[in-house]
Amino acid sequence: MISIKGLSKVFNTKDQEVRAVDDLDATIESGEIFGVIGYSGAGKSTFIRLLNRLEDPSGGTITIDEEEISSLSKGDLRLARQEMGMIFQHFNLLWSRTVEDNIAFPLEIAGVPKEERRKRVDELVELVGLSGRGKSYPSQLSGGQKQRVGIARALANRPKVLLCDEATSALDPETTDSILDLLVDINAKLGLTIVLITHEMHVIRKICHRVAVMEAGKIVEEGDVLDVFLRPQEKVTKRFVDQVMGDPDREDSLALIKDKYPLGEVAQFHFVGERTHQALISELSRKFQVNINVLHGKITQTQKGAYGTLIVHLEGNEEEIDRALAYVKETSVEVEVTIDV
Amino acid sequence: MFEQLFPNVRIEDMITATNETLFMTFFSVLGTFIFGLLLGLLLYLTGPGGLWENKFANWITATIVNVFRAIPFIILILLLFPFTDFLVGTIRGPKAALPALIIGGAPFYARLVEIALKEVDKGVVEAAKAMGAKYRTIIFRVLLPESTPALISGLTVTAIALISYTAVAGVIGAGGLGDFAYFYGFQRNSFDVVFVCTILIVIIVFIFQFIGDFTSRKLDKR
Repeated sequence: MISIKGLSKVFNTKDQEVRAVDDLDATIESGEIFGVIGYSGAGKSTFIRLLNRLEDPSGGTITIDEEEISSLSKGDLRLARQEMGMIFQHFNLLWSRTVEDNIAFPLEIAGVPKEERRKRVDELVELVGLSGRGKSYPSQLSGGQKQRVGIARALANRPKVLLCDEATSALDPETTDSILDLLVDINAKLGLTIVLITHEMHVIRKICHRVAVMEAGKIVEEGDVLDVFLRPQEKVTKRFVDQVMGDPDREDSLALIKDKYPLGEVAQFHFVGERTHQALISELSRKFQVNINVLHGKITQTQKGAYGTLIVHLEGNEEEIDRALAYVKETSVEVEVTIDV
Repeated sequence: MFEQLFPNVRIEDMITATNETLFMTFFSVLGTFIFGLLLGLLLYLTGPGGLWENKFANWITATIVNVFRAIPFIILILLLFPFTDFLVGTIRGPKAALPALIIGGAPFYARLVEIALKEVDKGVVEAAKAMGAKYRTIIFRVLLPESTPALISGLTVTAIALISYTAVAGVIGAGGLGDFAYFYGFQRNSFDVVFVCTILIVIIVFIFQFIGDFTSRKLDKR
């Protein structure tokens, strides 16, 4: 478990002081994938670098499994860092070393004997799906393959925690997905805690169990990924959710819908997890005297289950529509009747 | 044919002079490499954002480097006479040229080393820190290997500068091709000797350039 209390980092520039991380509290459970999302300048990059003290905190404490990272001496910090892996946006591989030697580097640092090193490197090359590329140099690999080397290197000393600093931001969408799949796979197989920062909601949606939204050095919203998707509270969060669920023409189409269907009611249903399997629409049209017209629908998978939205138009007399909507509300599918246009 | 074109050139003399030049070049390059690398590392590591960031140490190193680079080589040799005499026991001959060559070359190479180290991706150093590497490991396993091609091309440039320094050193009696060209060629009006010495120096420079380029390219896996 990682417990962070009152963490802050202040940078003093010539004419002002910047509070990159400002009195931040968080708890990250062992074995979970914890995502921090924010726009550039929100302080998320500083935050993750504080966790292994690539930046020294200005205040507050970081405790990982009973060990207070923030108060370790230089020597102890080095040992603690060997139990944390880190991967980077630009991979940061040594171009002068082959794939194998790059992966072996943290093992050399930890003083692992040569024979054991070679065995471990072979395992890791296999684990990240780079069999046969061990003797290549990083310059001969694609971006995705480089990040796989980065991941293998980060896992070499069997860390308890893996820190991902914008690990997929330099990759194309398809490669991003394959790297994310690998991270999920590793999380399940090795049970290690993953902390990642990103500015892409897609990454959060695809692999995170919990998410924290950062703005101006603070966590403004935090929770299970599904809850945050379903009920974003803050404006920033809503914008991030829109990255995945949004429809760029949504406002136009809703205006058009209101125009076209002056009668009846336009409602938005939110389906979460198990409930996405229900045959709600056909049930409604059977039980109530209403016609249902599906206008727009979208469904997305997260680590904690599926999440979908459906915009429908209900036709019929008012009472019947109200009864139908009341019925939907009872089924635990969330209903939003007045949609902002 | 050869004797008609170059009536004053004696092969044995040329071989001796070439050997002296090669001797001075080799050992001065070696010494310059060692001291230049140390100075360059010191400049980089004590510089802003370096592992041993220290304004005072950086200022001292930079001042030493700048001062010695500012002194024209011919004056440096004269200034160093007492030091050379103390160290080598004589101020004549190829050996006596070495202190001045190294002291003249090392600060020059130090700046090139500093530039080479600055080219190393900061992210890689950061990654090594994140793995819990000691500073020693970062220097010897990250900074130096990652900058090797630039260190070698810098050394090539320095070696070629040193070859022309050896010719200058020749003027005050260090021996070698420069010495020979001046005393036996220029002063005796035997321009064929000057000409042959020039060709030999150019050939030596080309060989060094070729070796340097080849090694640097071979080691560059980027």
